Amino acid sequence: MTEPAAEAVVDPGIDEKIKKLTPERIESTINKVLTKGAAARLKVYLQTCVHCGLCADACHFYLSNDKDPKFSPVGKVKQTLWEIIRKKGKVDGGFIKDCSRIAHTECNVCRRCSMYCPFGIDIAYLLLLVRRMCALLGVVPQYLQDTVNSHAVTMNQMWVKQDEWIDSLQWQEEDAQDEVKNARIPLDKEGAEIMYSVIGPEPKFLAQLLGNIAMIMAVAGMDWTMPSFDGWDNSNMPMYSGDFETMARVERKHHEAALKLKVKRIVMGECGHAFRGAVYDGPKWLAWKEPPVPIIHAVQFYYELIKSGRIKIAKKFKEPVTVQEPCNIVRGRGLGDMLRYIMRATCEDFRDVYPRYEHNYCCGAGGGVINCGPQWKKSRVKGNRVKAEQLKATGAKFVVTPCHNCHSGIEDIVEHYNLGMHTKFFSEILIDVMEIPEDLKVE
Amino acid sequence: MYEFVSGPLVWISFIVFIGGSIYRLVSMFKLADKEKVIFPYMSLKYSLRSLIHWIIPFASTNMRRRPFMTIITFAFHICLVLTPIFLLSHNLLWYQSWKISWWTMPERTADIMTIIVIFTAIFFLIRRLVLPEVRFVTFLSDYALLTVAVAPFITGFLAYHQWLPYKTMLILHIISGEIMLIAIPFTRLSHMLYFVFTRAYMGSEFGAVRNSKDW
Ligand code: HEM
Ligand code: HEM
Ligand code: SF4
Ligand code: SF4
Repeated sequence: MTEPAAEAVVDPGIDEKIKKLTPERIESTINKVLTKGAAARLKVYLQTCVHCGLCADACHFYLSNDKDPKFSPVGKVKQTLWEIIRKKGKVDGGFIKDCSRIAHTECNVCRRCSMYCPFGIDIAYLLLLVRRMCALLGVVPQYLQDTVNSHAVTMNQMWVKQDEWIDSLQWQEEDAQDEVKNARIPLDKEGAEIMYSVIGPEPKFLAQLLGNIAMIMAVAGMDWTMPSFDGWDNSNMPMYSGDFETMARVERKHHEAALKLKVKRIVMGECGHAFRGAVYDGPKWLAWKEPPVPIIHAVQFYYELIKSGRIKIAKKFKEPVTVQEPCNIVRGRGLGDMLRYIMRATCEDFRDVYPRYEHNYCCGAGGGVINCGPQWKKSRVKGNRVKAEQLKATGAKFVVTPCHNCHSGIEDIVEHYNLGMHTKFFSEILIDVMEIPEDLKVE
Repeated sequence: MYEFVSGPLVWISFIVFIGGSIYRLVSMFKLADKEKVIFPYMSLKYSLRSLIHWIIPFASTNMRRRPFMTIITFAFHICLVLTPIFLLSHNLLWYQSWKISWWTMPERTADIMTIIVIFTAIFFLIRRLVLPEVRFVTFLSDYALLTVAVAPFITGFLAYHQWLPYKTMLILHIISGEIMLIAIPFTRLSHMLYFVFTRAYMGSEFGAVRNSKDW
């Protein structure tokens, strides 16, 4: 009855892996997940859900696919978990393939739906459990699994070697010094106030962001450092593939780097999922109530810098600009007001979005979905038409995306739906508009 | 027959209802304790904040987006829970066997509330059949649960008005009431027991950990 929702996509990480599965392995793996550790919430959620469908309207996949019930949050749970439980884990490889497609590529675990369910059922959590089952069976979209492998081996997402990492930092330090005198990227400075951490793709593809932060830190006069050793990468793809053991290793390493450098706090670059991993999902799995070193997101940091006057605005950004509110820092941490504060402080013509704050739509890329690779791009972009409509309604020319996933996801949407907009990280706006003190100006 | 269903079976159903509910909640607490990351995250303040927004009509976004459904849901549940408790005929039975009694609502009010339950249940049925997103997640058990919930009202109503053979209707009524009580702890009707806790957990997570709202 359930024909595939998307056109058949070829993904060796799924297609090849299911060939190796035996019914016994599937059954025992599934039952391990169902009974170990996760039992309380899972049981209560499944017993409580009255199949009312009220969560449907929360999901951008559902709304964008013309309200196809296969994409509703509870619809996705039905096609996966309910079926698994009804069959007591006696499902075949083809079924696991569907599970991986649904849980890994058609849900951003953005948690919007838990604000629409009258019981507050955490559907994202249920679908993460499905991912967990798939991961333990070795069935994970290939691109996503590659980032997980990289995490497991190198502790960063992009197979960046230590010398490459240090090279990128030094190169960006030099570049930053062309704009701001004395801009530095201090490595391994013990006892600094701040450890700044970024995601693996920054040194790999977006190195200028490292230069940006060097300029911002110099202008604000901050005492900061970055680790030259493992633990510099705050991203966490295993959190999304379902490999929670590796997720925990990555989080532990990140926090250990901060402890080793004896910093007072960690400031994270503009990334949402990394924040989620470091602040709540990671600690939760490690059974830490709070992370050992306080962590703030770049948006909070920029808010502090601008509000306290450590950074002054010389000339505001003129073009009409709107914002993509990353789920993991807005629904996930309530940073919506600070985000608006820094937007208004730096932009003349800020256009707000609707729905907004915790009700904002996910970018469609988060939750590991964009990391599933190019073969899944079509269904991902198709699954977020509502985002295109929402952005279009603002009439803005630029979208600020203070999150890496949002950045790439919104770029894809802008292109596919011909919105004629440009995406920017907030730091790109900030370095444009901030006042560089006389003594730091490069003649 | 009447003696049996209105005597021992009533006892049995209440014992199963109360005992079963306690059993369900105790096992939930035990499991939650084992999961380790549930209780440390709970916060009374944010639990209450969430509950308040979800038991007051129109206090949550989704309720405001679907005003008709909200009215129907609240009417259904309020009438469903209050009618049997404050019904004169039920009260008389409590008095006969336990010599306890409390406020009862006028019979006419009870009658109207019964009709409300029946009609809102019909609405739920139609909704289930018509809306694709609801139909997609509907099983036979969903119709069965709806029937279990509404049956005491239909049979009670028919018994009260004595349109059909009274004795038969009454026996059917009592049996259906007993089935409903027994079903609550062991079917999805247990959402009545769990509602407070699922909300409290999500409220705590959104409030205390995520610093945002869940309504
Ligand atoms: C379990 C044991 C129960 C017994 C012994 C019982 C007994 C009765 C009796 C004797 C009547 C009065 C009929 C008349 O007027 O002659 C009645 C009416 C009624 N009962 Fe029950 N009942 C039981 C459970 C329930 C339950 C669980 C519900 C609903 C949740 C319920 C809902 C009603 C309603 C709504 C009416 C009255 C309908 C109207 O006035 O239009 N009963 N019941
Ligand atoms: C007293 C605490 C209870 C609470 C807070 C509660 C809450 C809810 C909620 C939030 C829903 C979701 C769908 C909707 O909004 O209609 C629902 C559905 C439902 N409830 Fe309850 N409920 C309670 C007790 C009961 C009881 C005692 C029964 C019957 C024995 C019941 C029967 C139902 C049924 C049949 C539905 C599904 C309607 C459908 O088919 O869509 N509820 N309840
Ligand atoms: S994408 Fe977001 S709204 Fe949709 S099911 Fe997943 S968590 Fe819920
Ligand atoms: S809104 Fe909640 S109870 Fe209703 S179908 Fe969705 S998850 Fe289940």
